[in-house]
Amino acid sequence: MSSDQRDAASATMRVLDEAGDLADGADRPDADGLLAGYRQLVHGRRLNELAGALVRQGRLAVYPSSRGQEACQVACAAALSEGDWLFPTYRDAVAIATRGVDPVEVLSMLKGDWHCGYDAARHRVAPQATPLATQLLHAVGVAHAARLKGEDTVVMALCGDGATSEGDFHEACNFAAVFAAPVVFFVQNNKYAISVPLARQSVAPSLASKAVGYGMPGVRVDGNDLAALSTVLGDAVERGRRGAGPTLVEADTYRVEAHTNADDATRYRTADEVDEWAGRDPLTRVSAYLRGVGVLDDDIEAEFTTDADRMAARVREGLGVDVAPDPGELFAHVYATPTQQLVQQRAALQAEFDVEEAR
Amino acid sequence: MTAKMTMAQAINSALRDAMTADESVVVFGEDVGPLGGVFRVTEGLTHDFGEDRCFDTPLAESGIVGMAAGMAMNGMRPVVEMQFDAFAYPAFEQVVSHVAKFGNRTRGRLRLPMVIRIPYAGGIGGVEHHCDSSEAYYAHTAGLTVLAPANNTDAYALLRAAIESPDPVVYLEPKRHYFSNEAVDLAAADSTIGRAAVVRNGRDATLIAYGPSVPIALAAAEEAATEGRDLGVVDLRSIVPFDDDTVCEQVKHTGRAVVVAEAPGFASVASEIAARVTEHCFHYLEAPVRRVTGFDIPYPAPKLEHFHLPDTARILDAVDELQWEDAL
Repeated sequence: MSSDQRDAASATMRVLDEAGDLADGADRPDADGLLAGYRQLVHGRRLNELAGALVRQGRLAVYPSSRGQEACQVACAAALSEGDWLFPTYRDAVAIATRGVDPVEVLSMLKGDWHCGYDAARHRVAPQATPLATQLLHAVGVAHAARLKGEDTVVMALCGDGATSEGDFHEACNFAAVFAAPVVFFVQNNKYAISVPLARQSVAPSLASKAVGYGMPGVRVDGNDLAALSTVLGDAVERGRRGAGPTLVEADTYRVEAHTNADDATRYRTADEVDEWAGRDPLTRVSAYLRGVGVLDDDIEAEFTTDADRMAARVREGLGVDVAPDPGELFAHVYATPTQQLVQQRAALQAEFDVEEAR
Repeated sequence: MTAKMTMAQAINSALRDAMTADESVVVFGEDVGPLGGVFRVTEGLTHDFGEDRCFDTPLAESGIVGMAAGMAMNGMRPVVEMQFDAFAYPAFEQVVSHVAKFGNRTRGRLRLPMVIRIPYAGGIGGVEHHCDSSEAYYAHTAGLTVLAPANNTDAYALLRAAIESPDPVVYLEPKRHYFSNEAVDLAAADSTIGRAAVVRNGRDATLIAYGPSVPIALAAAEEAATEGRDLGVVDLRSIVPFDDDTVCEQVKHTGRAVVVAEAPGFASVASEIAARVTEHCFHYLEAPVRRVTGFDIPYPAPKLEHFHLPDTARILDAVDELQWEDAL
């Protein structure tokens, strides 16, 4: 590991500052690419707002919001090519939607229809992981298999700051490094694991600095800076693609909302702290920059908002359709062919309905 | 065509034949590469198939199983080795929360065709953590197929079937039989998953066993024959799926049953078998179903293990208690 790489793991890479001005020494970002990203940020923010509203209306059981983290969500999905894989967690609905999965299918899990609502194989998006860090190992496996098959697939594996304490985080980083697997470990350090602050997870100089122990590059990036994220994640994906192995990227960001709607964040953090981070909103700095360089104006902004509203209306409608669950499906997918015992249990459950109907 | 080989060699042959037949079959774990595994089950595979097909990993069981799950998602058929039964526990979350559930979670769109090989059970004078009978943990987890061969022919046939299965398989190898030499007929082997075998016909009572307990049950039946009792033996071969039909057919025929297993008896596979037999065969039973199992204790130190393990005397004592009409 070079001294440059060590610096990257402790310094925070930034392209645009909080006011939307070009950071010292940063290269000017591609304005058209950034505008496309801004459109996705607007959609992502709208999806977070919609899902929150659907929870309050009782349409969704729960929603872990990524409000404030939309730049991370958009950048990690946008960095991938069609043949690549994304391994998201429960807080990454916006990343999955950015990848092109219908938000109705993404959110149907939280509606209670099934554990995963989208076709993971077709979209190359793994089911959202609820246990912490376990999916990182699957990401390594997909990547290693791709390498053995001679495919140039890259895998983007997401987790949060809390998950870096899990053993599987360590095992995944180590396996990926040893096998030079094309994985980008993207840690969204949003400062809280439900209520427990980062200081109780790690006293390492940074989470990115953990990469040193695995012999892979670690990069710390401003997680509310879409331009910086796009550069860093793009480089990491490219590195994996050319066979140079995994990269650990830590995004310095903040979970603006509570863990979920069922959580009360006022019990463990101050309003001042939340306000301070809300002032570093990932959307406003991109729009300020794009308006400054003359690429974004009120008309385009209105068009993006209208598009996002249209998406929201469609998602709301889609999630409003209730399909009666099929109890027979409980037994259908446990094995490729249901066992004799499951066939009998399905028949027993059906018999309960037959008795009910006969009454 | 029969050949004499050990169980370790039979399993090695199954791996070789599967790797030859299907390029997506890969073998990995701890010490399985150049060393050939601590039991030499993977002997020569790295040499013959190359490092991409059979390789050592970092020493981390969750990592091994988790990576295998990912490789299975991406079109491979991984066969991983857990070095010893109790060393598989770090992988438990991967097995229970992911390997077992992935097909169900994705409505069958992403199944994980992978095999977790686990040398299990005792009788080898092994130190602590090397002799656990961990089958109940896996059998209790929906989505896993759990196979437990008892002889070398089945060890070959069931592993081939496990590797070809679309579902994840926990494949339990009775390590005390790794080096038992037997005539094996690979061509005639029954590779049906979920089918028990009647390995000895008997009129008077049925012994039901799997894995390392089958040879003991057979020895007990042999001994009983000299005393005038005709005991049949059913070898489950497959714990999940469970072959109710074969087991019940035999028990209905004899009216008496003893389940033999090495694992502690409480909340065990043996208990499940006894319950199923009682539910399905109650009106045919002449006596309550008996279980001969290990005690409800952690696996004992080597000098004490023979007190713990079911043996022929304990089996025959249980048979004696099956309310015989000619009892004294």
